[in-house]
Order: sequence, then C-alpha cells, then structure tokens
Amino acid sequence: MSAIQTEHEPQTLNLKRIKATDLATSGSLSDRLVRWGKKLLLSDYFILIVSIIAYVIAAQFFDRLARPLNMTNQLSNMWPLFAVAIGQTFVLIIAGIDLAQGATIALASVVGAMIMAENLNPDMFDKLPFWGSILTENGGLLAGSPIATPVAVIGMLVSGLLVGLIVGTLITRFNITPFIASLVGFIFFSYFALWLTQSRNISGLPESFVNLGDSGELISVYFGPKLDPEIRRRDILAVVTASTVITLGLAFFAGYLLNRTIFGKHMIAIGTNPRAAEISGVPTRRVITLVYMFSGLCAAVGAILYTARLEIGQPTLGGLNLLLDIIGSCVIGGSSLFGGKGSIKGTFFGVVFFVLLGNILDAAQMSPFVIDAVKGLFILIAALLDYTRTRLVRVEQST
Amino acid sequence: MTILFETRSLTKSFFGITAVNNISLEVEEGKILGLIGQNGAGKSTLMNLIGGVHQPDSGQMLLADKAYTPRNPADAKQAGIAFIHQELNLFTNLTIAENIFIDGFPTRRIGPIRFIDRGQLKRETASILEWVGLDVPADTVIETMSPGERQLAEIAKALYFDARIIIFDEPTTSLTARETERLFEIMRQLRDTGKAVIYISHILKDIAAISDSIAVMRDGVLMAQESAESFTIDRMINLMVGRKLEQLYPPKTAQSEPDTLLQVKNVSAKGLVKDIDLSLRGGEILGLFGLMGSGRTELARIIFGLDQFDAGEIYVEGKRRTANSIRNSIKNRIAFVTENRREEGLLMNVSIADNTTLVSLPQFANDLTLYVNQQALSDAAQQASQILQLKSGDITTQAAKALSGGNQQKVVIAKWLLNEPMIFIMDEPTRGVDVGAKYEIYTIIDQLAAIGSGVLFISSEIEELIGMCDRILVMSQGEVVGEFTRSEFDEERILRAAFREGEEKPHAAVK
Repeated sequence: MSAIQTEHEPQTLNLKRIKATDLATSGSLSDRLVRWGKKLLLSDYFILIVSIIAYVIAAQFFDRLARPLNMTNQLSNMWPLFAVAIGQTFVLIIAGIDLAQGATIALASVVGAMIMAENLNPDMFDKLPFWGSILTENGGLLAGSPIATPVAVIGMLVSGLLVGLIVGTLITRFNITPFIASLVGFIFFSYFALWLTQSRNISGLPESFVNLGDSGELISVYFGPKLDPEIRRRDILAVVTASTVITLGLAFFAGYLLNRTIFGKHMIAIGTNPRAAEISGVPTRRVITLVYMFSGLCAAVGAILYTARLEIGQPTLGGLNLLLDIIGSCVIGGSSLFGGKGSIKGTFFGVVFFVLLGNILDAAQMSPFVIDAVKGLFILIAALLDYTRTRLVRVEQST
Repeated sequence: MTILFETRSLTKSFFGITAVNNISLEVEEGKILGLIGQNGAGKSTLMNLIGGVHQPDSGQMLLADKAYTPRNPADAKQAGIAFIHQELNLFTNLTIAENIFIDGFPTRRIGPIRFIDRGQLKRETASILEWVGLDVPADTVIETMSPGERQLAEIAKALYFDARIIIFDEPTTSLTARETERLFEIMRQLRDTGKAVIYISHILKDIAAISDSIAVMRDGVLMAQESAESFTIDRMINLMVGRKLEQLYPPKTAQSEPDTLLQVKNVSAKGLVKDIDLSLRGGEILGLFGLMGSGRTELARIIFGLDQFDAGEIYVEGKRRTANSIRNSIKNRIAFVTENRREEGLLMNVSIADNTTLVSLPQFANDLTLYVNQQALSDAAQQASQILQLKSGDITTQAAKALSGGNQQKVVIAKWLLNEPMIFIMDEPTRGVDVGAKYEIYTIIDQLAAIGSGVLFISSEIEELIGMCDRILVMSQGEVVGEFTRSEFDEERILRAAFREGEEKPHAAVK
C-alpha cells in the first residue's frame, strides 16, 4: 500500500492527511476549530492560504487591489523574484547564503545591454570604459545583428554562472564562510556593474529581447462588457506571459534536480551534516560550487526578466532591498538558514506572500520605508511560526 | 589521619546500564589517591557525581562529615572541589589572567561604575603562576602557549580558589617528561599543605610512584582500595581486567583466506602515527587496540583517505594507492564506520532510507540525467534493514534521530553494506550500544568476514577484540607496539603492551 502512495506524493503529506481526517471526525465545535487550526498551520499550503485570504480581505477595503492592471503588475513582479529565489533556496538547503545574487542581477543586466543595445548617445556614453571597442554610437557589441538577443541572453547567463563559480570557489577552496564570500561578491560585482556603465542606464534594447519579459503575452483575459469597441490596456489581465513560462520552466527543472536526482540528495546530505556527507563519498566541494553556480544562473534569469520588463540595462538593479525580498521569501517558504530544509513549492508561496504583502501595504498608502520595515517584521513572524510548527509536528508524532 | 571526603554506596545508571555501582570510596586529607580502571570502568561517571555534573540514583556523599549534594558544577566548586580535566577547559583567545578570573574579576569603583582592576588582576595572577611554576606573564594569551604550559595554567585556574580536594583527570597525556615531573611536584606540595588529591591515570607506573593509596574500578564496581604498598603493577592490571569471557560473542564462522586485501607499509604522518606496518587478509577480523590518544583512530582515518600521510605506502588488493582520497576508497570498496555516529555517521534529520543509500547512491542514479530510481532505492534500503533486523517504523519517512543507539549504528553499517565492501574499518562500532544490539553487531562483523571481506576492528574494549578477532595489533603513542595471534590472546599481556609496561620511557612523545 505504501508503495502505491509514494508514487503520487511524498509520504509526509499522507501522514498528515490521515491524521487530520481522523481528527476532524469527532469532538465539540471548539475542539474541532482548534484541530482545524492545527491542520491549517501544519499544511504545506499554509502560507499560500494566508496570503490569499489576506489579499481578498484587503481588496474589500482598497478596490485598486482587484483591478486587472494591478493584478497584472503583481504577476510580473512575482516571476523574476521567484526565479532568483529558486537559486537562493538551493543555497540555503546546503546551509549557505548567497548575497552575491543582488549584484549578479545588476551585472547580468548591464552585460546583456552592452551586447545588444541598438543605439548609444555619445554625449552620454563616451566616458564608458569600453567606448569605441565594444560600445559605439551604433550600439552594443552585436547591435542590430539577428543573433544579438540570443548571444546577450547567453552572456547574461554566463555572467551569473561566473559569479557563482567565483563565490563557490572562495567557499570550497579557500574555506571562506558563505556569508563573507558572497558579501565580497556582492560588493565587488555591484561596483563592477556601476563602473562598466558609469552608473548610467543603457536603453534601446531590441524588441525580440523585450518580449522575453511580461510584454510577451501568451494568455490574457478581459472581464467586461462584450461589445465595448475598444478594450483599454488597463482592463486586461495578462495571466501567462513569456516570464511565466521561463520561470515555471526553471522551477520545474529545479524541482527535478532537488527531488528526483542524486544531486538533490547530495545537497540535502551536505546541508544536514557536511562531515557525514564527506565521509560517505559525497563530492561536497563540487556540489557546493555547482549550487552557487546554479544560484548565479537563477539570478541571471531574474535579471533577464527584470531587464526585459524595464527595457533598460540597469547597473542598480537588484541590490539590498531585493535581497531582503529574496531571502525573506525563502525563509517564509520554509527554508532554514541552518540548512537541510527547503522546497521550490514553499519558496513559491513565500514569493506570493511577499509580493501580495507589499501590494497590500502599498495600497494602504504606506510609505516605502514602513513597507520594508513591516516586511522585516513578517520574517520574524515566519520564524516564530516555523518554531511553533516544528513543535506541533513533534507533539503530533509523539502521541 | 582524617577522612575528608567519602562516598557511601553511591550508584548511578544511564538508560538501565549501571555505570557506578554501590561505590564506597574514602579520600583522606593530606594524601594522594590514585584511581585506575579501563575505559568505561566508571571513573569518569564517579568523578562527574563528585563534581555535580550528574546526580546519584542512590547512596550519599560526605564532605568533612557533612552531607554533600552538589546540584551542579558550581556547587562543587563552592564546596572546595577542583577539577583538572584531560581536555582543557580554557578560553584559548583570552589571557591566563582572564581565564583564571573568568567568573569574578577583581574590580574597582570609579563613581557609579565598576571597572576591572587590571593591576590587582595581574598581581594575583602572577603569584598563582609563580606557585605552580609557570614562568610566563599574566597577560599571555593561552593559544600562544605549549600544551604543557596550558596544563599548568589549567591547574593555576583550579587552585586560585581555595580548593580542599583537587581531582586530576589524566593530566599528563599532553605533557613532556619534565613538565610531568613538575606536575608531580605540585601534587606533592598540595598534599603536604593538607589538601586531598585524586589522581586518575592510565600510566600505572606513575600511579604507583606518587599515590599514597590506590583504588581500582572495573565495570562500575570498586574492586579494591588499599595503600599503595600493597599493589604491584601486575595486581593492578589483574584487578582492572578480571572476569572470564561469557557467551557474549557469536560462534566464529569466518575463515581467513590467503590473499591480502590491505597492506600498509611504513606509513607515517607527523604527530599522528609512526612507521605503521599492517596487513589484512580476506575473511580476517583484525583487532586494533589502543588507549585513547594511541593513534588508532588517526590510522583508520589515514587508511580510509580522510587524512593524508607523509611517508610509506598503502596497497589495496595488491595495487598501490596513489590518490589517498575518500572517493578512491569507496571505489575500492573500503567502508568506514566512524567512532562518532552523530557527527560523522548519520544525517539525523533525514530518513533512514536516504541515510542507508547515501554511499551507494550512484548505483541508483542514471549517469546522464542524474535521475534516482526511488523505488529501487527504497527496496534496497528495505532489504538492508531486514538483513540487519533494524527496529524502526517506515524507513522512508522516519528520521535517523528517532532510532536507538544500536539501531542508528545498524543504519551506518547498512549504508556501507550496500556498497558491498571488501575492507570494513570499524572504529568503536559498539560504543553507546546496548548489550543485545552489541551481539547483533558482532554477528554482522562475523558474517562480513565469512563472505570474504577483511574487517579492521578498532576498540578500546579488549574483551570484545578477544572475543571476535583473529589477530590483535596494539598501538601506543602512534606506533604499533604489539601483535597477538589468537592463541596468544591474553588481556593482561595486551593491556601491558598498550601501557608500554616493561619499557623504559613511559612519557616518550610522538616525534
């Protein structure tokens, strides 16, 4: 019987469900409410449920929350953040942390723009380090070429992989703690990106690239009178865009790696007990380096989506605020900073939570400073919830 | 002569195993009491009861004829009992003075604020250091000092408050002969000023030389406490070892085969092991005995490729090992059950099945897609757990930490079994395992040998080595100092070799 169950979903889920149904059948109303509350708290979907309930309630007070334009915006905020957070989740699982992601996004954005920008105003850009060689009045390295976009995309991904390789090598070969190694990466590459562009945004990106973002709409819906001759842009809800497809593709790939491959099992072993993993023949250094490279790759995918959306190569993309959202999403989604714990699904829910929370606070017309402060508080609440949940699970298991 | 401290029928058990059994010990004022016993005889537990680390299940302790019931180490210190531990408890990043006064600095008031009185701190420390004969400034940082100096600093720390009983637990392991002599001088001085000294050591000669009376423990029981003159070294060893072997071991089914699986030739690693020669044949169980710090674990780690060596050669199945790495060892089907399961053996929060298949994972994965066949994996884990009679719930969901010690050890063994090991290195495989599970682990070891694997069985319990092995090597201070074949097995002789009794330089350090 157990064999049949495993084919469908992890056993842990089944255990919880069996217990929950046993519980829900008897007792008084208040007993049942308590049990129902426990069941909700222990559910893997807890964060998602809480986010949606909060959003629906808030929408009653602030009606702009429910407008199609707002929802389209929230979706397009969500996908790049999710892409980056997937990489961070991997790093957290091996008990690391990758602050360099914040800089990788900026670097990749700038590198991409330098390859494919279609024109550059000499008045603005002639002080740039590579003016005259890579950058000219006609644009970036491959300006106007049909292969500009694919090469730029590859260049961005390679930048991400390289940053990850450097951080991973610092950690595995020179025994530098992940925090310091990635902090160094963050500072160095942030300023490297600024130096490359002398802190200017590079615009004029080709349309084929811009369409990789959320302007590449695939499925959009419109709710409204049928006969309206002209549907206004802001009444359309873009449900599926190119960024949706790219990010979900990345998510499924990451889920496959984590849950179905030897690589994922090695990651969890390293995150749980690096010494035992090493003695058991796990190639710890290789796995750790590859995880940081994957994290850089995810940051680069995020950079592609952000850059396509903004239609500029921006050296200040990413940064500390985004790091807060990335790490916050992972932690709220159940990743542990002590390693060995984390899932792609959980991180997705964490991202949904963070994006919707930001949106609600914004709709309530709070200042951006208050919004970030409140986000910080919610990370604390998530940590406390995780503690409560772990205790509850232990109590359930021992009874 | 007055009795300063005594225990009456003191008993303490852990998880049903009696570590200290009905012990009545007397400690006299102005005397040195030597305490000896094998590893696991209960010496540490007894000292922990006296030091307030554990509380006895029954019995009582009297200090100067008053009931003494320490609830924690601070109580013991308050009562005037000082401990000098084998592993030093110093903050290596602080100075000697700061270490000595860590729980109460001399202070000076300036207005409403209290400051540390550096001057007084220095003066007081200097006088203590002079007394113990440690000739360094009070503001020397511990990490810049030699092991011997650290030991003296530890003694200075213990003596700073007015202790009445001073307990030395294996204090000489890291000392040179000269420092040891200085330490003995300090112990005699303490005795002469009327303090009581308890001296625990594995070096029986030292015990005989310095003690006024000697107490011998075995299996939690006090075998004898008499004046030092009534003991010879032979009698000490006799009392420490004692009893006859009972039916604790499975019948031997394995036969040694002629082919050599593992050969270690003249292997040396600086500060760890020296000139090690060792060979292991198929079907053979080779015991490796040594006291703590004898280099047996270090040797195992080198053979497994966890640590490197400076000189010598290692041959596996006749082929010389070039790259000494863990993965190379695993490829050569060498298995290593380490001495501490928790730190090096198990992924505590991970399922039993995933723990069991960690080493052999590549067998279940597609080389290209890395896809792991989950069904094959849990089938293999299931099979291994059945063979080893693992007592557990669903192995795919239950975490390793939820298992008992014996069953955890079986998971570690199962993890290696799935890789079909040729050479099995087991470092203290029965430590922290109850008697029943011990027998099962012995059976597994015998069966491994029966299918032609070679087992290197490392233990600090001579009895289990005698019960299980074809041959026993004895290590001391990084060297192999004795070899015994089955017909020569004799606990006393083995122990004597490990203590290097009959040799001249008991303190010779590994160079």
